[in-house]
Amino acid sequence: MTTSIIEAEGLTKQFSRGKTTVDAVTDVSFTVEPGGLVAFLGPNGAGKSTTIRMLTTLIPPTSGGARVVGHDIATTPEQVRARIGYVGQGTSGSFAQRVRDELLSQGAFYGVPAKQAKARADALIESLDLASFATRTVQQLSGGQKRRLDIALGLMHAPPLIFLDEPSTGLDPQSRANLWQHILDLREQHGTTVFLTTHYLDEADRYAERVMVMDAGRVIADDTAPALKATLAGDAITLGFASAADADAAEATIGRLAERATTRPDATTVAANVDDGERLLPRLIRDLDAQGLAVERATGVPPTLDDVFLALTGRTLREADAAHETTPTPATEGASS
Amino acid sequence: MTAVDITRAAGRSGARDTFNVMLRELRPVARDPFSVIFSLVQPLVFLGLFTPLLIGTSGESTADTLAWFVPGVLAMIVLFGTGATGSNLQYEMMTGSHERTLVAPLSRASLLAGRALKEVVPIVVQVLVIVAIAWPFGFRANPLGLLVGLVILAAFGVGLGSLSYALALKTKDREWAFWAVQQTLIFPLLILSGMLLPLDAGPRWMTVVSTFNPVNWVVQAERHLMAGDFAHAAVGWGVLAAAATAAVGLAVGIRAMKVSD
Repeated sequence: MTTSIIEAEGLTKQFSRGKTTVDAVTDVSFTVEPGGLVAFLGPNGAGKSTTIRMLTTLIPPTSGGARVVGHDIATTPEQVRARIGYVGQGTSGSFAQRVRDELLSQGAFYGVPAKQAKARADALIESLDLASFATRTVQQLSGGQKRRLDIALGLMHAPPLIFLDEPSTGLDPQSRANLWQHILDLREQHGTTVFLTTHYLDEADRYAERVMVMDAGRVIADDTAPALKATLAGDAITLGFASAADADAAEATIGRLAERATTRPDATTVAANVDDGERLLPRLIRDLDAQGLAVERATGVPPTLDDVFLALTGRTLREADAAHETTPTPATEGASS
Repeated sequence: MTAVDITRAAGRSGARDTFNVMLRELRPVARDPFSVIFSLVQPLVFLGLFTPLLIGTSGESTADTLAWFVPGVLAMIVLFGTGATGSNLQYEMMTGSHERTLVAPLSRASLLAGRALKEVVPIVVQVLVIVAIAWPFGFRANPLGLLVGLVILAAFGVGLGSLSYALALKTKDREWAFWAVQQTLIFPLLILSGMLLPLDAGPRWMTVVSTFNPVNWVVQAERHLMAGDFAHAAVGWGVLAAAATAAVGLAVGIRAMKVSD
């Protein structure tokens, strides 16, 4: 008996469309410990949602399996359902339902006694800032308000594990920041394990304790964001000089100390991708100064998860998203149906 | 916040799930009861504009015409109301709230049955409102006949509503397909039920086809029940038609819900 809250083993999903078979998810295995905040990062069509839909018992895997909160997704899906919260990509609340009514119905669905459900609904309305429109219908809410209700619905039965599929997509920056604050607060208060998908790099970077990078149906990297960046992408440093002659003279020193190939963005500038750039940069400036080569401009840019994705796949997340939009595959149709 | 005992949620009874699903569906109705009344515009138009034409054509009294026509209008309410109800589910499938209920620990059968059973409430309200409106114009219904008639209409509506949900589940996000099938079926069912005009005047094939139309039997049973003619064979056929529609509808609907993702 392990204590992992998710144990996925060889999860695979193929969608057949006519005569062709599309591999949406291929051999995905991982475990998640209770209390974590884990993000699936990847472009549209990478298989993130399909994986979540298997873990939440919405679709059966073609092969492989998983135990979620101690129960098998294939043999005892009702036990899994009782123990997880799920916020899908769409709107969880029904258009004609009032906010508070929908929370109470959700409580009843999970067997929460009526009195307790009322207290819980009121507490969630309070903590997710839904009080001023608790008696409005879902169709009257703004995008950010709808999303907060979705999260409240997912938490109504106080599940130990909640899945959030693209929780902040389509929200303006302020609503996104606000939503994240709520997610972090609720997690801190209740110790809920949060498993989410996102294609926003900054979100995965800032909030997730562990990032699993997905591409073309496979998990291609799995670590903390700083570790991914440290091992898979370097800091970009650039040094500018007064003349091309100074830059020429400095390039050899820079290449030797950085132990990396250098590039010349323009005649007076030398650039390199290096490890531990924040320590290297001052040292380079001192050494070059000692050689009589005055550094006039210096920048050191730490890597982003996009650099990680680029290093792993040879393309940026945005390129991958754009490529997906021009050639839609059945994998996402299956994932969103 | 209060802790919740999650073990309560798993392995609960289908009847309880069905009740909770039905209760959820009734919340918007309870919050906005006038929505039920507003949807009576169409039957009221038929009642107000078609009755004078019937009187003029047949030369019969208003009371006799209403005794023949009102039961048909009641069946029409059920036909149009429950026949379109699947579009709500279809919209919820497209927006995502249906998906949320699929992740909840509810039996798939209860998700369909709870929605279908909810149809009984608007049917009962609407039938009573139409009867009350027709009453001052001379319409009379045997009270027991009205009661039995309501049960038949409710059962018929549950069945038809289930079929409408099944159609929504099958057509998924193709809204046009739902309405194409729905409209293709609803008007032949309406006309071949003899609820607007008697089928006796039509060609023989129409009478033959109408004997296979459950709406026809429901309409005929309603007419005899409202008149207090309980012993008429048509009442039996009406009960059978409504029960069969309910049974087939629920079976088809639950099957469609079980295979849906």
